[in-house]
Amino acid sequence: MKLSSLDRTLLLLTVILASYQVSAGIDSFDTLPIIAYTIAFGVLLVAALLMFILGMEVLDSPVVVIVSTIIPLGLAVGLVWQHLASWRTSYLVFAIIGFLAVTLTRSIQMQNKLPVIVIAITHGIAGMTIFLLPIVIAIQGETKPLFALVGVGGAFIGLGGLLLSFLKTGKPILSRDTIMRLFPALLLLTTALFVAGFKFG
Amino acid sequence: MSTRDSVPTSKFAMFWSLTKPSQSGLLLATGLAGYMSARCPVFNISTILGLSISLFLAIAGSTLLNMWWDRDIDAKMGRTQKRVTSKGLVTDKEVLIVGVVVSIIGIGWALAIDWLYGIVVFAGWFFDVVVYSMWLKRRTCWSIVWGGISGAMPILAGRVLGLGSIDWIGLMLALGVLLWIPTHTLTFSMKFQKDYADAGVPTFPSTYGLDVTRFTIAFSSVLAAAAMVAAGIGIGMDWGFLRLLGVLSAGLFLLAAAMTFKPTERVNFGLFKYASVYMLAAMILVVLEVI
Repeated sequence: MKLSSLDRTLLLLTVILASYQVSAGIDSFDTLPIIAYTIAFGVLLVAALLMFILGMEVLDSPVVVIVSTIIPLGLAVGLVWQHLASWRTSYLVFAIIGFLAVTLTRSIQMQNKLPVIVIAITHGIAGMTIFLLPIVIAIQGETKPLFALVGVGGAFIGLGGLLLSFLKTGKPILSRDTIMRLFPALLLLTTALFVAGFKFG
Repeated sequence: MSTRDSVPTSKFAMFWSLTKPSQSGLLLATGLAGYMSARCPVFNISTILGLSISLFLAIAGSTLLNMWWDRDIDAKMGRTQKRVTSKGLVTDKEVLIVGVVVSIIGIGWALAIDWLYGIVVFAGWFFDVVVYSMWLKRRTCWSIVWGGISGAMPILAGRVLGLGSIDWIGLMLALGVLLWIPTHTLTFSMKFQKDYADAGVPTFPSTYGLDVTRFTIAFSSVLAAAAMVAAGIGIGMDWGFLRLLGVLSAGLFLLAAAMTFKPTERVNFGLFKYASVYMLAAMILVVLEVI
């Protein structure tokens, strides 16, 4: 599928926003959240850049399932480390094990449903963390209200992940063309919400 | 104006197309980034103008002379057959004269601004025209190293002008560009392998095969990224910018690994494009750091 000028513009804006977040948006945080957010936004940045260069067919690569796990896990680890001090170590262990499990089950050919179960658990927990945690702490007044935008961004990236996952399992919610057409806008919206949430929250 | 897709009509446009404006512009941009990396008063308009014009003329002059020297092989290669030199729209003598005059003005201007800066600019011109094109290009595939050194001179020249001396950071920036250039030249030599064979120009793919060439591209890309990160640290680049450079370097490293272990046309093209974006981003970060 050939990228339109609009797609390219959206992807370029995503690259710029993610670059801003990596270079300037997380400076005041502790070391571990900086590492986690750098990895998450870094993957987002490089992914958008590769889509810009090579087209949306990049998403057909089998590596995408593994790489796309890094974004929610990185964001979730950063959020938990900053806002749920008592869960830090256990969540970090979950993230590492989850990532290794996804990598392993995607690298070895399996006939059973284990790879899907592993993906569902890892993405599910990380996705819910990104979606709920910022909204809850914003409602509780621990952060500024606009921090909830990070949660909204989490919902959108979860939506993107779902669309891609179902497409890859052969049971697409929307047609492949529609997903590819929506993806640049979805990616930009998600990144913009994350950046705005961190900046103004 | 493209030298491949359209034929320029005016004489100026013909010579302009022979200077490879986008390539010369990119090299000029590295020169400006090198100058700014020295953290000198970058908004000195006369120095910036002097640097821009002298460097552009020296680069354009060397490119014109390359076109003049390579006119016979350009006529044999599909990729370069549409150049105005190959089509006979300008005479050999005209190209030679314009190339020499533009080179003399560019290098002379550079020497007048600062002798050390002028020497580095001249070194770039000399490596490109004499060592790369005239001496080695038709003899060995390793000529690209000298072409690479020539391409690395503008960024070093810029830093030398800003600093007044040659330092390790300037050399590291130059090394970054030098190691980045094979990503371009070797990708081209793979894509247009037949063209080069027809013209009798030895290339890495024809000498060592595609696997070695792919590995060389991947390896030099990774080393280029390492050199740029080292230069960034040396410049005292902001921690956030270094993080960003690290992320972009990681992307380059992954593509290089994919190119080595699972090579495809697509990955090859991706690395080629990504390396260009990487270098552009590195230059922008150097400039932003100072601004």
